[in-house]
Amino acid sequence: MSVQQTVVIDGLSVPIEGERNLLELVRKAGIDLPTFCYHSELSVYGACRMCVVEIDKMGIVASCTVQPQPGMVVRTNTEQLRVIRRTILELLLANHDRDCTTCDKNGACKLQELARRFGVQDVRFGQEDAGLPIDRSTPALVRDPNKCILCGDCVRVCGEVQKIGVLDFAYRGSDATVGPAFGKCLADVDCVQCGQCASVCPTGAITIHSDVDRVWKAIHDPKMKVVAQVAPAIRVALGEEFGHEPGWAAPGKVVAALKSIGVDMVFDTCFTADLTVVEETAEFLERLSSGSRERLPQFTSCCPAWVKYVEQYHPNYLANLSSCKSPQQMFGAVARRFLGRELGVEPENLYVVSVMPCTAKKFEAAREEFASDGRPDVDAVLTTQELARMIRETGIDFDKLPIAPFDLPFGVSTGAGMIFGNSGGVAEAVLRAAAELLAPEKTSEIPRSRLVFEEVRGLDGVKEATVNIAGNEVRLAVANSLGAAAEVLRRIESGEAVYDIVEVMSCPGGCIGGAGQPSPSHLEVRKQRTQALYDVDTMQMLRRSHDNPYVKALYDRYLGDVGGKKAHSALHTSYGTRRRIAGEEIKFSSEEVDGKLDVGVCVGTCCYLHGSYDLLRGLMDRVARHGLTDRVDLHATFCFEQCEHSPNIEIGGSIRGNVTEEDIDEVFEKEIRARLVE
Amino acid sequence: MTPVEAAQRKFERVNEIIEEHGREQSALIPILQEVQAEYRYLPEEILTYIATAMGLSVATVFGVATFYAQFSLSPKGKYVVRVCDGTACHVRHSMRVYEAIRSKLNLRDGRFTTPDMMFTVETVACLGACGVAPAMVINDEVYGKMTPEAACAIIDTLLNRDGEN
Ligand code: SF4
Ligand code: SF4
Ligand code: FES
Repeated sequence: MSVQQTVVIDGLSVPIEGERNLLELVRKAGIDLPTFCYHSELSVYGACRMCVVEIDKMGIVASCTVQPQPGMVVRTNTEQLRVIRRTILELLLANHDRDCTTCDKNGACKLQELARRFGVQDVRFGQEDAGLPIDRSTPALVRDPNKCILCGDCVRVCGEVQKIGVLDFAYRGSDATVGPAFGKCLADVDCVQCGQCASVCPTGAITIHSDVDRVWKAIHDPKMKVVAQVAPAIRVALGEEFGHEPGWAAPGKVVAALKSIGVDMVFDTCFTADLTVVEETAEFLERLSSGSRERLPQFTSCCPAWVKYVEQYHPNYLANLSSCKSPQQMFGAVARRFLGRELGVEPENLYVVSVMPCTAKKFEAAREEFASDGRPDVDAVLTTQELARMIRETGIDFDKLPIAPFDLPFGVSTGAGMIFGNSGGVAEAVLRAAAELLAPEKTSEIPRSRLVFEEVRGLDGVKEATVNIAGNEVRLAVANSLGAAAEVLRRIESGEAVYDIVEVMSCPGGCIGGAGQPSPSHLEVRKQRTQALYDVDTMQMLRRSHDNPYVKALYDRYLGDVGGKKAHSALHTSYGTRRRIAGEEIKFSSEEVDGKLDVGVCVGTCCYLHGSYDLLRGLMDRVARHGLTDRVDLHATFCFEQCEHSPNIEIGGSIRGNVTEEDIDEVFEKEIRARLVE
Repeated sequence: MTPVEAAQRKFERVNEIIEEHGREQSALIPILQEVQAEYRYLPEEILTYIATAMGLSVATVFGVATFYAQFSLSPKGKYVVRVCDGTACHVRHSMRVYEAIRSKLNLRDGRFTTPDMMFTVETVACLGACGVAPAMVINDEVYGKMTPEAACAIIDTLLNRDGEN
């Protein structure tokens, strides 16, 4: 008989049941120990010391850093512990911009909440205001380092979950900061604008770049017809902002709320998700049957943070990305092109708003690929949080709102479009469509096995499956976070795995875990939202994108054939490489002399890995040997945004790619020496 | 060596240093030390290059380079002159010494390094040489009981010495 192992916490005996650390055990016992730097899904940092407890024979320790041991006797509430916690809070507040009333995080800030909980009424230490500049360089996020409490949550989410590492600690002591390299702004570094750092930041140091004012302006402009599209993940999360449980599914409420704040028409992004599935499945089947594996696996491209990640880190896979625009941008495209006509509104007077769970969608909407004549297809992107704020601003009682339906023609969607909000949803929607296209069902009853693909569901990092569709084996992988995507790519590159289709969502859980969603957004919350979307799907009469009659009608009226010329020009796009960090090149000449031949060798990551340093050395040698150092301005530079042709050399303004060591002699003779002799 | 050759040589050294130490993150500090010895500071583009070559995030490399006081991210002159401004030196007018050197070297406003990269002039909290206050240190050598005139004479000596080479 095994004896229950327990810890005594404040006199109560609490069983140890595999808790990760003492903090979790204390919380299980119903005591909400305060923390800033603890996140159940990140590594333990143990720096904020708010979670201190007193353990017999051990003294005072940060409970997040201790393993629970049977027989431990723990106190969580003593005079000394209270003094420690309160002093920590006061020290943090002393270095913190305390303009709470105008802070974006007002009411949702952990520092504010704990100061209230601990009754901090005055701060004994002098206020220090470093007045650091606020970074509003991206459309997605705002970074205000004056509000940072150095908990490192953002550093760990970006480094551990997304495996990018845009943010880190810098300097030391009272000068310590957290931010991108060299104090650069986010737009100048490799940030993919996923916003996961904002969603874990306990204070207002990283927040969402708000579009609320722009949308109000459009709503109040009598000339403008304001139309909104609502992403699938919103309907299972907005309620949380108004006191409902996570996963409370209320599409009708979202529509009603948007109408009540003054939006003229409300459409469903699930409709264009159906459209995406139709195009993307056709594209996939075409690649699959082409006989060449060159553009396989096909990667989904509906997550803009993932697309930016590929552009920066894996340009060799750009051709593998589906060329389909994301559902948000397909909506933008069809709205700008056809909706004005349908509604009798001049296209320029149509104001297109997206409601998205995501900060990266703001970046996507602002990309130049998605603008015609300078006007973006999607004018503004609101996150779930911003929509909630607008509803509160009007004073409308959310609970009393009668529900309202989506508008036509872009308001009808199938279950396949709805599960887009879940990790695995896009893959599943494509499988449903592929099954139908490869072997059409003869009866009107569709067997469950052709609708539900359990293998791609769930919240694991990497999900793999081989699905048999009408005799075709389709190998797929689903990556749930960019860290997981890096792992999938590693498996592909090492030859460990072969896939035909890969879905990547940057945010844990997929869009339902996007950084624009209500907070908190931890694992339990994400599970409930995920289930709710699957439930919504189960309730639909139509669960395959091809069956959407309004999608068919759109093709008939405007788009022609699936994958055809017209559909391509409206619904597809392409992406390019993108440098990771802005900055100077490495110069090898001290002065600028006119008339020198400019020769740059790229030492950015791709080119470096393809041996560009050897090319640089080879050129240095030859230039020196021929006594040309005064006439050639040789330098090393970071990224020409031609990474798919790495290694690259730029000579007198033109770039030459795929240069090998054997080419150096020829390059030197023909392109450098010959030009100088001329 | 021409300046161009010197710049190329330094960059080759960076690559050799990385090869010698390997690409584990634990090698970062020794690599930065040796690279700084080459350039006398850590230029931004070289830090970016080191991060690229080692497969580390640039923010991490920047974090390490700014954490340790031994690293400098702005260019330093051949001679780094640090005048002590600790309490003992301060009350013995070390700031007059500091100002005298600055004006001799024509350093104004926010400049701490001469355009020819010969001298960097800074203040420092306490050199631990309070017994000989006011004190200054040039590279590793400590000079005690400084007066503005004595300090300027030392600077002259260094200028002449370099002029001869
Ligand atoms: S938005 Fe995403 S990529 Fe950018 S710093 Fe935050 S976590 Fe990292
Ligand atoms: S920005 Fe936010 S999450 Fe990052 S260290 Fe500062 S307070 Fe913590
Ligand atoms: S939560 Fe334990 S030290 Fe911050």
